[in-house]
Amino acid sequence: MADPLLKVTDLKIEATAYPPGEPPQEITIVEGVSFALEKGRVLGLIGESGAGKSTIGLSAMAYGRGGVRITGGQVTVNGRDILQLGVRGLRALRGAEVTYVAQSAAAAFNPAKRIMEQVIEATLEHGRASRSEAEARAVKLFATLGLPDPDTFGNRYPHQVSGGQLQRAMTALALCPLPDLVIFDEPTTALDVTTQIDVLAAIKDAIRETGVAALYITHDLAVVAQVSDDIMVLKGGHMVEYGTTAQIITAPREEYTRALVSVRSIEHEEKQPSDDPVLRVEHVTARYRGTDFDVLHDVNVEVHRGQTLAVVGESGSGKSTLARVITGLLPPSEGQITFADRTLSPTLSGRSREDLREVQMIYQMADVAMNPRQTVGTIIGRPLEFYFGLKGEAKRARVAELLDEIEMGTGFIDRYPAELSGGQKQRVCIARALAANPRLIICDEVTSALDPLVADGILKLLLNLQKVEDVAYLFITHDLATVRAIADSIAVMYRGRVVRYGPKSQVLSPPFDDYTDLLLSSVPEMKLGWLEDVIAHRKMESAGN
Amino acid sequence: MHPILILVSQRVALGLFLLLAASVLIFAGTMILPGDVAQSILGQSATPEALANLRAELGLNDPPVTRYFNWLFGALQGDLGTALTNGQDIASSLGRRLGNTMFLAFWAAVIAVPLAIFLGLLAVRYRNRWPDKLISGVTLASISIPEFLIGYLLVYFVAVKLGWFSSVSMINDSMSLGEKLSAIALPVGVLVLVVLAHMMRMTRAAILNVMQSAYIETAELKGLSGFNVIFRHAFPNAIAPIVNVVMLNLAYLVVGVVVVEVVFVYPGMGQYLVDHVSKRDVPVVQACGLVFAAVYIGLNMVADIVAILSNPRLRHPK
Amino acid sequence: MSRIPISALIGLVFTGAYFLAALFAPFIAPYGMSETVGDVWEPMSRTHLLGTDSIGRDLLTRMIYGGRTTIFIATMATLLSFTTGAVLGFLAAVIGGWVDQALSRFVDLMMAIPSLIFALVVLSVMPVTIPVLIMVMGLLDSTRVYRLARAVAVDINVMDYVEAARLRGEGRGWIIFREILPNALSPLVAEMGLRFIFMVLFVSTLSFLGLGVQPPNADWGGIVKENKEGIVYGISAALVPAFAIATLAISVNLVADWILNRTTSLKGGRGG
Repeated sequence: MADPLLKVTDLKIEATAYPPGEPPQEITIVEGVSFALEKGRVLGLIGESGAGKSTIGLSAMAYGRGGVRITGGQVTVNGRDILQLGVRGLRALRGAEVTYVAQSAAAAFNPAKRIMEQVIEATLEHGRASRSEAEARAVKLFATLGLPDPDTFGNRYPHQVSGGQLQRAMTALALCPLPDLVIFDEPTTALDVTTQIDVLAAIKDAIRETGVAALYITHDLAVVAQVSDDIMVLKGGHMVEYGTTAQIITAPREEYTRALVSVRSIEHEEKQPSDDPVLRVEHVTARYRGTDFDVLHDVNVEVHRGQTLAVVGESGSGKSTLARVITGLLPPSEGQITFADRTLSPTLSGRSREDLREVQMIYQMADVAMNPRQTVGTIIGRPLEFYFGLKGEAKRARVAELLDEIEMGTGFIDRYPAELSGGQKQRVCIARALAANPRLIICDEVTSALDPLVADGILKLLLNLQKVEDVAYLFITHDLATVRAIADSIAVMYRGRVVRYGPKSQVLSPPFDDYTDLLLSSVPEMKLGWLEDVIAHRKMESAGN
Repeated sequence: MHPILILVSQRVALGLFLLLAASVLIFAGTMILPGDVAQSILGQSATPEALANLRAELGLNDPPVTRYFNWLFGALQGDLGTALTNGQDIASSLGRRLGNTMFLAFWAAVIAVPLAIFLGLLAVRYRNRWPDKLISGVTLASISIPEFLIGYLLVYFVAVKLGWFSSVSMINDSMSLGEKLSAIALPVGVLVLVVLAHMMRMTRAAILNVMQSAYIETAELKGLSGFNVIFRHAFPNAIAPIVNVVMLNLAYLVVGVVVVEVVFVYPGMGQYLVDHVSKRDVPVVQACGLVFAAVYIGLNMVADIVAILSNPRLRHPK
Repeated sequence: MSRIPISALIGLVFTGAYFLAALFAPFIAPYGMSETVGDVWEPMSRTHLLGTDSIGRDLLTRMIYGGRTTIFIATMATLLSFTTGAVLGFLAAVIGGWVDQALSRFVDLMMAIPSLIFALVVLSVMPVTIPVLIMVMGLLDSTRVYRLARAVAVDINVMDYVEAARLRGEGRGWIIFREILPNALSPLVAEMGLRFIFMVLFVSTLSFLGLGVQPPNADWGGIVKENKEGIVYGISAALVPAFAIATLAISVNLVADWILNRTTSLKGGRGG
């Protein structure tokens, strides 16, 4: 049995934390992690944020980002313990034997230099090829990775190409020196779902053609299932489970793994559309001041009482702009917003307090959605005071009720937002919206910034609250799995237009328009071989045309 | 036309406009006088006829707008008027003084700029270790000390106690370059110390900002040597912020020069301005104010233009 | 309860000492402000702790009264500069539109001329009294405070929690005082310290140039001017006030640094 390419034994990684006002503390980020990676195989590292996946991935280069130190265990690459290597040895290793693809390629490229120069830099530095050879290799990689005009692509500057293209360019950068091991650090997380699928396929092709071994880091189990042979599940810096992809996906052993696998499988009974629309968006067209194109074009949707309309689209689709028009922050150039029995003024200043009370909003980033200098009690209590004139004991009692509804106790009243976890912050924002007793709550990507398990909890809470309070939701998201879980009706948006609209079952069943087809088929499913199927399907379609 | 040329010409136009507006402000600044210029010059015992004559002579009876334009057109043609106190032509005295001030500022800049960049790089290289903390401490002290203190400290210790240089920096055209340099050694020293502190702090911040960018990590993970990381990746991106810092501080130097010239009795623009402010010689003050403003605005404009020219997004638009 | 680092503690102690001395000047000064009590430029002795000045007045007394003048002018000018700059800066950020444009362009123009030069130009025509000094210094410096306050307010204004307040229907008053201001305090207070130092240096420089505080009043800059002839003879009298200015400036700097460092730690700071 040949020696594995990468062998990690009992890895321990620590860091120094500097809590304000207290002496610095040593904390352990990763402990007791062991795994082995053979040549040509891909290992997926999966976990939620803070699980230590990137830290472990970078340890394969003996690198600690931001003051993080590897304090125990062994990391062997091609038979050598790299933790014992000096500075020179590590420099020889990095960029040659082991390379790295960063999460945000846009930030990882030097804005002042051309792409080709950066892609071949490591190859030349380590003497792995001559300049002409390296450039030829780079062009071939550009082609394999599906970049446009591979011959001239390298002449451009990073800001002249798109995010997805940069991510692929970074992959070319990592593969150019013909390394033994590539570390992929969340390479598709920042991309739109339709771009992600192309980049995923490109990466998989490149890995197969060059025969490298790879560590693939991500928090999305469905994605990692498409690319890796083995998977290691991490939580809080410890290994939870380690096995082949097939085993993890089809027969997870640990409870945590099972929870990750079953995420987003919340099913939701679709409600029939009633005759009671709470909100009507009629022929709305809008554009930002000073621009000459419409951000929204002839949008017509309805939200019914006690039901959820999910507005789905990728970046640039106009879904967030729709929310701004409905709330009055952006007056439409055409069309109107009707609310129950009355037409809403197009601007914020034209609306009465009652109007404003009936439509509330919850934001994507709960950190910045709450004033850090106000306590939870103040945050939830202000709408009560402002809209209903509640004060003193009455206000306090109602705040306590609301805290109960969001499944948090009264002990939180005097806490500040910075003391809460991500999920708790979002719950407080939900309570704040509920406090106004609105008929409609606009949820703007409220689960997109949360870990999958926490996001699940929030979705379940929202569904519950809808039943109890009979409140309608306009749920904006780019994530189709969330849509399946929560929607009664769906509007698919693309470039400012609604391309598909109707009850959930109708929208999600064929026959589809082109864009919805593309969108739906791009969402990774927790199924082995899904990626190959989709690629093959698309090739067939384009061949057929 | 290339977008960058448009941006640069816009910035130049803005600079010229600012200069014009500054001239209005300076002129207006001298018009807030609640008293009377003629009165201040001739004193309490002046006769009404003398006052009326002087007012007519000085053109004080014209409306302010006319006076402004007369002054402006004169200035554009190189005529800055005559001094009230001694009747000398301002433009020629000012020209000579300006040359002296530029001489002083030039030598201060030539020493301070490379030193500031070097110390800034040093502070970043040994970030949070003793060299960095030492440099930070010294610069903190230096910023908190008024220029005249540094000046007199140097005079006290170096000129009086040690006797290395003279405490008064008179120079004239008959001196050789070497003699001139020796005469201005102390004022240059003061200026360098003052400007160095500010410049070094800002250089350090600018370089640190670049060093913390994600692409620096990418370069390190490619296995490049420390030197190559800084030279190939950090430096090209740090040039713009550093030049910006240098230009801003040179503008600051313009102001520091005023105090230093007074301390060392150096025949430059600063001394000229201060003398005539106390004598309430308005035409001189206006002229000096205008020249100082022009230099300041000019340097800031160059700083902005360098920032524009070194931005790769502007040089290579999509 | 967070610990105060040593540097900030030293800063607080010295700053406090100077302010107290300024406040109680008439009670702690050994002699009268303009009393001639000895020979010219006597060295330090038990009767004259800092020696005497260029016309025989007790230097320590002059220093104490001078400190009072310096600190008084600097404090008043800082308050003026701060209230003007901060109020206008906040308004510009919250109201936006042409109010913002007009104010900001005007401030840009004011800042295009170096402060010292502008002050000299104005002082060449105005009577140089203490109120005039305070007004000129305060208004000139308010431009810098305006820029900072506006930048801070604009940063906070785009936060989701301010938008949430707007959507609720909150008025401008609530938004400025309950949403923006509490989050803007830390950087502003730290900046106040820096502005104070600048005022101390500025008024001292003006007095040193003969265009600040006029005799018989004196501030530290003026005392330097009175005694500067002595330097060539090795008399260190002029260095004493300069030294006081420096130590006051450094102390306030240390305190301002400490406050600025507390920004990020205190309850998540500005927007987390």
